[in-house]
Amino acid sequence: MATIFNDTQMTEFKRLVARYPEGKQKSALLPALHLAQESFGGWLSTESLDYVASLLQIEPIEVYEVATFYSMYNLKPVGKFVFEVCQTGPCMVSGSDNIIDYIKKTLDIKPGETTKDGLFTLKLVECLGACGYAPMMQVGKIYKEHLTKEKVDSIIADYRAQAANN
Amino acid sequence: MGVKLLLDKANVPGIRTYEVYRREGGYRAVEKALKEMTTDAIVEEVKKSGLRGRGGAGFPTGMKWSFIAKPEGVPRHLVCNADESEPGTFKDRYLMEFLPHLLIEGLIISSFALGSNDTYIYIRGEYAWIPDILEEAINEAKAAGWLGKNILGTGFDCNIHVQRGGGAYICGEETALIESLEGKRGNPRIKPPFPAIQGLWMRPTVVNNVETLAAIVPIINMGGDEYAKIGVGKSTGTKLISACGNINNPGVYEIDMTITVEEFIYSDEYCGGIKDGKKLKACIPGGSSVPILPANLLLTTAKGEPRYMNYESLSDGGFATGSMLGSGGFIVLDEDQCIVKNTYTLARFYRHESCGQCSPCREGTGWMEKILQKIETGKGEMSDIDLLWDIQRKIEGNTICPLGDAASWPVAAAIRHFRDEFEWHVKNPELSQTSNFGLQHYADPIHVPA
Ligand SMILES: Cc1cc2nc3c(=O)[nH]c(=O)nc-3n(C[C@H](O)[C@H](O)[C@H](O)COP(=O)(O)O)c2cc1C
Ligand code: SF4
Ligand code: FES
Repeated sequence: MATIFNDTQMTEFKRLVARYPEGKQKSALLPALHLAQESFGGWLSTESLDYVASLLQIEPIEVYEVATFYSMYNLKPVGKFVFEVCQTGPCMVSGSDNIIDYIKKTLDIKPGETTKDGLFTLKLVECLGACGYAPMMQVGKIYKEHLTKEKVDSIIADYRAQAANN
Repeated sequence: MGVKLLLDKANVPGIRTYEVYRREGGYRAVEKALKEMTTDAIVEEVKKSGLRGRGGAGFPTGMKWSFIAKPEGVPRHLVCNADESEPGTFKDRYLMEFLPHLLIEGLIISSFALGSNDTYIYIRGEYAWIPDILEEAINEAKAAGWLGKNILGTGFDCNIHVQRGGGAYICGEETALIESLEGKRGNPRIKPPFPAIQGLWMRPTVVNNVETLAAIVPIINMGGDEYAKIGVGKSTGTKLISACGNINNPGVYEIDMTITVEEFIYSDEYCGGIKDGKKLKACIPGGSSVPILPANLLLTTAKGEPRYMNYESLSDGGFATGSMLGSGGFIVLDEDQCIVKNTYTLARFYRHESCGQCSPCREGTGWMEKILQKIETGKGEMSDIDLLWDIQRKIEGNTICPLGDAASWPVAAAIRHFRDEFEWHVKNPELSQTSNFGLQHYADPIHVPA
């Protein structure tokens, strides 16, 4: 995948930078990394990081230190759909352990791994601000809440179908 | 039904749109503030209201605003803290998702009062669908003339920008948030200088929570004095509580701070009681950082008086027998929950979220997690409990930012009130893997280690 923004992505990048005063374009770094991750296959390669650095006219190291600090930036390739299941206290007391075990078993992967077909990655994450709707996970931009085994089955089936249609 | 000032219109169909929000009386407060009030008068009204920061620390908002430096020719900024990452807390999300215009209205008034021409909403990155909702509300407000240049002919210009974070609890701490807004790692700054003097890009900055800024709207509409009449003592106005855990009706509730904890948990208007007819064991009443309390101390204070859902009553007894209202993240644990395991998941959370700048926090949170995991998996020794106590005491107060304290308090409180459950784990390494300590300790005297 080419690490260059297309026209739409570049327009969005310019909009992000324009929110800050002259000379403070580095402030756009976090949103720019989100944009790069979405544009370049769901993760950030060294080339992508260097590209963002060049666009913002900052040193690559300034980008690396940020990309490694925040948990949402994937520095390794991930599956097409990343299941980020919350495991913190409130979700735990609401049964997240059972859901995590069920996903592990159903997809036959451990946390941090991707299924062989490249479709699903399982990540265990900390509180996502959905504690009242637990157990829950984030997939891309959306939250899947009130998870049950049946719901997990249908979510997986939906994504499989979605991938097959593309 | 208690008074509702923030969520009173939450169920009006279409309230997310400008048209409906305006029809329901929205943006009246902006009109009043910008046309009829001076910036000083607004700050005065907020002071009179007694509003305390809803982000967790409870600092008086009007006082905070009056501290902002006003050097000639230097821009000032208001930053809205929408990082909401304290486990158990999901109230700001509710406000932003369902009442975006209420926040925007509060932001316009507050920006005017503080002289912020460029105001930023810093929202946790995981709330990835909410920036679109906020930006739509901002665009609608702009189209209607409430934002942009020369608002209502006052000469005041204001733009609101939404910035997503990258996934880091520490960026809720105001100076870490500012660093993050500058495109850096979320390492908290050493204070002083305080943000009110040197904040975003070293300019005078006020950071306020989403709920705090939304509350400015009813304060302007009704006046600070009227607002202050709601509630009790220094707990004025209403508070959003996000309730979760083993209850029948998890969700976000607006309370006036005169109701008892018992009513909040058992009334159908709020939590609706403990799920599946079980018994209440413990509760963390103000977000994961505040001390956990066993049922008896939660419902009544050590003096035997009923405990209320407000700042003063929840902290009655100090940390020995009380807790805190904190962020309003109300986590309920039933009789089947294991305190050791719960504490372990929280310790893991804080280890994961430590920014790593201070040794006591960076190392200590890791040690606490490891020891708790050891006890939880049946490999603990009696001396581990004292070791945990010792480590948390050495972190608390010895770090740059309060995350160190936030990591210590849950461990300290769990040992303080549930020491016998920790000991039971150590003494029953096998049994503890298949069964729970349950409620045995329920009526025990309180354990206060020396
Ligand atoms: C580790 C840590 C995390 C915090 N997270 C948040 C948060 O997510 N949201 C928030 O409003 N305040 C948070 N705070 C409190 C902020 O530092 C700050 O006090 C608050 O945003 C001020 O706004 P307020 O006065 O309106 O409450 C956090 C503080 C610490 C130490
Ligand atoms: S207390 Fe922890 S989170 Fe706060 S600055 Fe120190 S290391 Fe970072
Ligand atoms: S604990 Fe899982 S969303 Fe908060």
